[in-house]
Amino acid sequence: MVDLSHSPADEEFRAEARSWLAAHVPRTPLPSLETAEGFAAHRAWEAELAADRWSVVSWPQKYGGRDAGLLRWLVFEEEYWAAGAPGRVGQNGISLLAPALLDHGTEEQRAGVLPPMATGEVVWAQAWSEPEAGSDLASLTSRAVRTDGGWLLRGQKTWSSRAAFADRAFGLFRSDPDAPKPHQGLTYLMFGLRAPGVTVRPIGRLDGKPAFAELFLDDVFVPDEDVIGAPGQGWRIAMSTAGNERGLTLRSPGRFLASAHRLVELWRSRGCPEHARARVADALIGARAYQLFTYAAAARFLEGERLGPESSMNKVFWSELDLALHETALDLLGEDSESADTDWSEGYVFSLAGPIYAGTNEIQRDIVAERLLGLPKGRR
Amino acid sequence: MRFLPDAEQRAFTESLHAMLSAADTPAVIRDWSEGDHARGRALWRRIAEAGVFGLAVPEEYGGLGPHPVELALAFVELGRHGVPGPLVETVAAAVLLSDPPLAKRFLPGLLAGTDLATFAVPTGSAVDAGAVPLALDGDAATLRLALPLGVGLRLASVTGPVRRSLDPARRLTPLTADGELLTRHPPYRLALSWARLAAAAQALGVGLALLDRTVAHVRRRTQFGVPVGSFQAVKHRLADATTALEFARPLVLGAAVSLRPADVAAAKLKACEAAYDAARTALQLHGAIGYTAEFDLSLWLTKARALRTAWGTPEECRKLVLDDALRRPAAP
Repeated sequence: MVDLSHSPADEEFRAEARSWLAAHVPRTPLPSLETAEGFAAHRAWEAELAADRWSVVSWPQKYGGRDAGLLRWLVFEEEYWAAGAPGRVGQNGISLLAPALLDHGTEEQRAGVLPPMATGEVVWAQAWSEPEAGSDLASLTSRAVRTDGGWLLRGQKTWSSRAAFADRAFGLFRSDPDAPKPHQGLTYLMFGLRAPGVTVRPIGRLDGKPAFAELFLDDVFVPDEDVIGAPGQGWRIAMSTAGNERGLTLRSPGRFLASAHRLVELWRSRGCPEHARARVADALIGARAYQLFTYAAAARFLEGERLGPESSMNKVFWSELDLALHETALDLLGEDSESADTDWSEGYVFSLAGPIYAGTNEIQRDIVAERLLGLPKGRR
Repeated sequence: MRFLPDAEQRAFTESLHAMLSAADTPAVIRDWSEGDHARGRALWRRIAEAGVFGLAVPEEYGGLGPHPVELALAFVELGRHGVPGPLVETVAAAVLLSDPPLAKRFLPGLLAGTDLATFAVPTGSAVDAGAVPLALDGDAATLRLALPLGVGLRLASVTGPVRRSLDPARRLTPLTADGELLTRHPPYRLALSWARLAAAAQALGVGLALLDRTVAHVRRRTQFGVPVGSFQAVKHRLADATTALEFARPLVLGAAVSLRPADVAAAKLKACEAAYDAARTALQLHGAIGYTAEFDLSLWLTKARALRTAWGTPEECRKLVLDDALRRPAAP
């Protein structure tokens, strides 16, 4: 039977989340999280969420979560974004590093890293891309060189989201330059952004806010305890989390549903103009489609199916939906749309990056064509 | 919450798929397009025997349903195999006639597949000006219904020659509501939701067939010494086509679960849009051979266009979605 209703226990969970959010979500929006002031405010919000165990509901209780499971996580996200709650400054760590640690980390690593991530005490940046390794990530050349009791990191990372203000970073480094294939000989490591040898140079995104940074690494020491999984296995570890649950949890449907409902309100407030009718309808339907697609994927995941390349389809869909939705909002705002630092303009600038980060949409389309449809590999 | 067809539902669609795969539907479609309904009617009876039309009819009237989810899953298969005939119209008729005296009289034939129904709703200024609505396959249908608004459900007759459709397998027939008044208050809104759901699912199946055939073609067809499917421009069009179809699929399934008019409209809109995009992609990636009537791809290409406006234009569907959204209370 195809069932779209939540269990009474899940609805109770929803009600509990809703009432907590109603009492705690800040009345006025926090300043942009891509500024020093906004970053601090968002970090404090993470602590407030964590104090009542709402920051990482799907994690095990011992690390600060509620063991909530995938369906309840989706419910929580629907309530979270519908309540107009702030963006999550801890998102990178929570959606990328934490799954890798839960699957491949040691108990010491989990116990040490996850609780301060849950409270926002330690905010994580990702360090994947390099100046010469973007879409072709496996060609990265930053080195991890063996030394007594650990590794020395050398090289340069870039487009490191949140790194301007974050505390620590995780990423892939080449530990065995003689490995026969580019994606072999890579190691997944964690390091401090204020450790000796690290230089962080913030980069202004399109609107000038330092949303990401370049990292220059000059013999940065990383102890063996901060290697995730076995040296040389970094690619497999990073990709296994990328292709699986993360495909569902990087951007939750609740976020786009809430934006779509706000778009309908904006359309209503402007007198339901004809020129935007089709685009408003399509944004709303797109958000609903993404929600239902995710519930279907969750059902298959919960029955033990592996979610592989379809997460690439997912990423293309939500990033284009998000952009179209914000473009429509700005068009509805007319001349007012030019003002920066409004919720809509901030969301618009953020959405412009969606088709680029987490694997460009061109790479995702290649993956869909080759691994879902079975088309032959070719030159890109 | 388990938003996924179960094993029994999957087995049902697989058995339909197997039956239709063995039926040589391209030949059936081509006969039908010529007005030769013999093989189409034989296939129709087998579809009815599989229980497809019974899914729209409650058990108390001799059906198996109501089972809108199973009906939607079945219609994906009917679309995938390009089955011709007034399939959606027969579902609409079955719902309209699920009423005590009418059910006994009309439903046995529809459920057994010995009767095919068509249906038209004369509306608007065109009708006032004397225009006659076109019904699908009135020449093949044995039960012709019309619903002049404000009058009720009447038997109707074909009052003119078949008009060609952009899809040769859809034969358009002028219908006049000149027969017996069956009921003044048929459940029209409910029938419309069922019909629109069936059309959405059928369109999704049409799109999936177009995608499958095109993927097979670009893997096989070589130019410059390599399969054309290895070119990125080709891959990306197909990636977009499959993405649109796979995101329409849960809308169709979700609409079947709720049967809310706004959900059904959204599913109809997006399934038809995805199917039509798949058709455009299929035509482009096949090149000139795809532009021929003799190549079987054409049987699905033309249907994707026709379904877009049948049973609810994109504009009507968007209006239903937005009217529903505006009924939500405004945020404080």
